[in-house]
Amino acid sequence: MNTSAAPLISIRGLTKAYGTFTVLHGIDLDVAEGEVVCVIGPSGSGKSTLIRCINHLEAFAPESRITVDGIRVEPGPALAKVRAEVGMVFQSFNLFPHMTVLKNVMLAPMRVRGTTPAEAERKARELLARVGIAEQAEKYPGQLSGGQQQRVAIARALAMEPRVLLFDEPTSSLDPEMVGEVLDVMRKLAGTGVTMVVVTHEMGFARQVADRVIFMDGGRLVEVGTPAEIFDTPKEERTRGFLRAVLNH
Amino acid sequence: MNLLNTFFNIPVLVQSLPQLLWGLVVTLEIGITSILCGLVGGLFLAVARLYAPRVFTVLIRIYIDIFRSIPLLVLLIVVYYALPFVGIRLSPFLSAVTALSLVSAAYTAEIFRAGIEAIPHGQFEASAALGLSNRNTMVDVILPQAIRIVIPPLTNNCINVLKDTALASVVAMPDLLKQATQAQALAANPTPLIGAALIYVALLWPMVAVVAHLEKRFSKGKR
Repeated sequence: MNTSAAPLISIRGLTKAYGTFTVLHGIDLDVAEGEVVCVIGPSGSGKSTLIRCINHLEAFAPESRITVDGIRVEPGPALAKVRAEVGMVFQSFNLFPHMTVLKNVMLAPMRVRGTTPAEAERKARELLARVGIAEQAEKYPGQLSGGQQQRVAIARALAMEPRVLLFDEPTSSLDPEMVGEVLDVMRKLAGTGVTMVVVTHEMGFARQVADRVIFMDGGRLVEVGTPAEIFDTPKEERTRGFLRAVLNH
Repeated sequence: MNLLNTFFNIPVLVQSLPQLLWGLVVTLEIGITSILCGLVGGLFLAVARLYAPRVFTVLIRIYIDIFRSIPLLVLLIVVYYALPFVGIRLSPFLSAVTALSLVSAAYTAEIFRAGIEAIPHGQFEASAALGLSNRNTMVDVILPQAIRIVIPPLTNNCINVLKDTALASVVAMPDLLKQATQAQALAANPTPLIGAALIYVALLWPMVAVVAHLEKRFSKGKR
């Protein structure tokens, strides 16, 4: 855990608009080192947009301020440095289909960190073993199931040894029987002290793994609290309505 | 019999064959040089169009549009006969290669752009999220996937460039067509022209067949 008080991710007044439609309304949020934050909320509430702003996959209003480990997130030469410290796992995996699983995991450390091929391979095999697919290393992504592909994507993000891992609905495009294997990997990861920000519809996962749960709606943080506070004693009517809808079906 | 003697006169053909083959060598020199210059130029234009500041992307678009609209013969004649008035004197070979490369680069740029745009946006996002530079994103992630898509249209463009080398005969380049017309004049018999036509077909038919095969394979939805 971080001894200093400075948060690892600091978001101040984050505003994002598509034309006249405002997606995020001046969001303030701090994430401490080692913290696992789950973001829940209805579709279109801006939760994916929020985490995509953290590594600037989405541009945001210039007066908004996001810093990761003290470095300001903005277009320019420092951006690649931020991105190297912020791993991301996408809903649609986005593995590189023309490379083997092993090469997918090895690429970024070699190109961005200058790791030697031998060292990158050793590390990649170790990570693939950690996510339980060591034996698939020589296969191509297209030959794997969705759950296996997403675990490769997690290994690929981990290979950069990022300070933060962002998960953008990592299980939403998986067949139901594969959701568990990906959540298991994420659960183990959370236990190792990695800082994680997870956008998810998996309420069980959020309740069990998160240090803090954020309920978003209409581009605002409606309610922030411990899993017990959000799931058992939600204060806001909108939170209650959302949880009723997703938990009782 | 008379027809055969006129168009397929074997002694004339045999006599003109060395000349035709020299012409073929020149045609291939012009063609291959222009194809390579066009490929490099086109790839550069396509990638620059993605990343360069807006002023340059507009200039590149104007370049591409102009050189796709101008008839190659007109361009060639401008390069060879008009440029000397401003002190730029290019040899027939350089004139032909310049004109062909300028046009080929424009078409190639469009082909590469289409190929790059066919790659799902998630590939760019995953590369960016990993901290890869624009250059590494292109070289390691995007282009290896785009190449598969652009091979059939690129081969098509190569065929067009090789065919268009025949236009170089108007700037006194001793290419296959020029050699054939000279041999025809010398022998007072059109057989060398037929011979040249057959050589063009023999050269390009396999490439046309390869394109047809590739297009059929890629259209099966294999990615």
